[in-house]
Amino acid sequence: MGSARLYATVAAGGFRRYATYRVATAAGVFTNTVFGLILVYTYLALWDERPHLGGYDQAQAVTYVWLGQALFATLAIQGGGFETELMERIRTGEVAIDLYRPADLQAWWLAGDLGRALFQLLGRGVLPFVFGALFFPTALPHDPVIWAAFAVTIGLAMVVSFGIRFLVALSGFWLMDGTGAVQVLMVTGMFFSGMALPLNAFPQPLGDIVTLLPWSALLQMPADVLMGRTDPLFAFVFQAGWAVVLLAVGRLVQGAATRRVVVQGG
Amino acid sequence: MSEGATVPESAFIEVDRVEKVFDVRRRTGFLQRELRRVRAVDAISFTVARGEMVGYIGPNGAGKSTTIKMLTGILTPSGGRLRVAGIDPSRERTRLAHRIGVVFGQRTTLWWDLPLIDSYRLMHRMYRIPDGRYRENLDRLVELLDLSALLEVPVRQLSLGQRMRGDIAAALLHDPEVLYLDEPTIGLDVVSKARVREFLRELNTERGTTVLLTTHDLQDIEQLCSRVMVIDHGRLVYDGALAGLHEAGESERTLVVDLERELPPVEVGEAARVVKVDGPRQWLAFPASESAAPLVARIAAEYPLVDLSVREPDIEAVIARMYQDRETARETVVQAPGNS
Ligand SMILES: Nc1ncnc2c1ncn2[C@@H]1O[C@H](COP(=O)(O)OP(=O)(O)O)[C@@H](O)[C@H]1O
Ligand SMILES: [Mg+2]
Repeated sequence: MGSARLYATVAAGGFRRYATYRVATAAGVFTNTVFGLILVYTYLALWDERPHLGGYDQAQAVTYVWLGQALFATLAIQGGGFETELMERIRTGEVAIDLYRPADLQAWWLAGDLGRALFQLLGRGVLPFVFGALFFPTALPHDPVIWAAFAVTIGLAMVVSFGIRFLVALSGFWLMDGTGAVQVLMVTGMFFSGMALPLNAFPQPLGDIVTLLPWSALLQMPADVLMGRTDPLFAFVFQAGWAVVLLAVGRLVQGAATRRVVVQGG
Repeated sequence: MSEGATVPESAFIEVDRVEKVFDVRRRTGFLQRELRRVRAVDAISFTVARGEMVGYIGPNGAGKSTTIKMLTGILTPSGGRLRVAGIDPSRERTRLAHRIGVVFGQRTTLWWDLPLIDSYRLMHRMYRIPDGRYRENLDRLVELLDLSALLEVPVRQLSLGQRMRGDIAAALLHDPEVLYLDEPTIGLDVVSKARVREFLRELNTERGTTVLLTTHDLQDIEQLCSRVMVIDHGRLVYDGALAGLHEAGESERTLVVDLERELPPVEVGEAARVVKVDGPRQWLAFPASESAAPLVARIAAEYPLVDLSVREPDIEAVIARMYQDRETARETVVQAPGNS
């Protein structure tokens, strides 16, 4: 398949682009480790007060924190992936250049972003996670099947994350100024993904609602699969369902945006 | 390729009364919008034969880039008919993409953070270039554009001229039949400009690639193109040989004569008029369309002539003049002799 090789090349490029920024990567590892420490001590204090909050014991709460730090950049939970670049191309009209290439816009950016995510998982995510597992009591499984299922949920989470950010980026075609959309993305990402507090610790009925939103496919699902609290098959279906919906909506919006560009010139 | 056979060689690019109108909405107050229509391209017609190299010039905002964008298919015309290699660009953008190459001078298609070679590998996959052909083309372009020392350098570290050469190579790896260049020499230093021009000339003569290049650097045209199209305010005001542009602009050449001694302005009747006198040297303006020989003969016969030189008109001035004429006269396309 010719196009599979094209998008594999794009993904490899995405990986290598981020790999060239070594200092930024090292700084990211440091930041995530420090934030992890702050959050861990906060959580430990909280779980001291409210044992079994959200159904987690202390080791599970600690695991959740380090997993969040490992996936923070990988899943661009507060943004910071391809979407800033795409929005800039939309703003300057350079997106028109992307159109004359014989490649699909959505597939192109998805491939590049998966490359970036994989690099950030390995380059930025693994170290804080290993650090946490070494120095704090964590609740990690021994069963390799669970680890394999966990890996699948991360892959699906990457696609869901892309789907959300692709829509945010495309809003740039209609909004004069994309900073508002990016800020909404940051706040919703922080809150609804459970980055600040696990979704199962949210008060009801808010907790039930946020669990159904696509953001819960990012951190909560992989965490619950890793700690054996969710049936992996359910997680796969939930994540894949959102991935398909988001990509399909993205495709529709992309069609409208493309028509706009070829008529209005961007 | 069956459609390709039906495309007449003489009309490889066919533009027939093509228009582009942009609707520009502007905020004029709270909840108040003003709709303005910008006629960026106004009923332009021309054809380009396979293997031609055509210069497309005009001042900023004339409609050059808009025309190029329509020819690539990333912008749909508001009216008229457009064919490139028999393909309607905006309807079959992707199919056309395999047959054309595009370079936008102010924008790069290269991967900013990665070595140049990575962008070429990407083109290899994107255009599905057979491996052997890719290697061959890459080697050739790297040599002609002197890129071998740059292949491993991240694009963001390249100079503007180096990046332009890199972009040109990227646009040609898939052997396009047509190359559009939108301001390829903008911002380049003299050496880089010369290099790009030399390459383009070779591409056109050796490989027969059809080249359409927009510029507002007249030297590009003078050195590269035998045919030039001038666009202004979205309208084609001249299409023909470079030489004919002088006549169209009613331009004048200058004859500089050095006499033996300081004399009053020379008298040659209607043939020329003296525009400047500086000691024994005098400057005479005469129509660019006239030969200098009779004028020189007459002066040599009647005056103590020591030396002389003829200065070609400044083409920049010619075009500026043509624009002025248009402003006042609003005439239609000036057809120069010997061209479509
Ligand atoms: N996307 C657009 N929306 C509105 N007006 C545009 C757009 N693109 C170009 N124009 C206008 O069309 C005219 C021609 O622009 P352009 O083709 O870029 O000129 P050139 O390349 O010759 O400098 C200009 O007046 C420009 O402002
Ligand atoms: Mg332009």
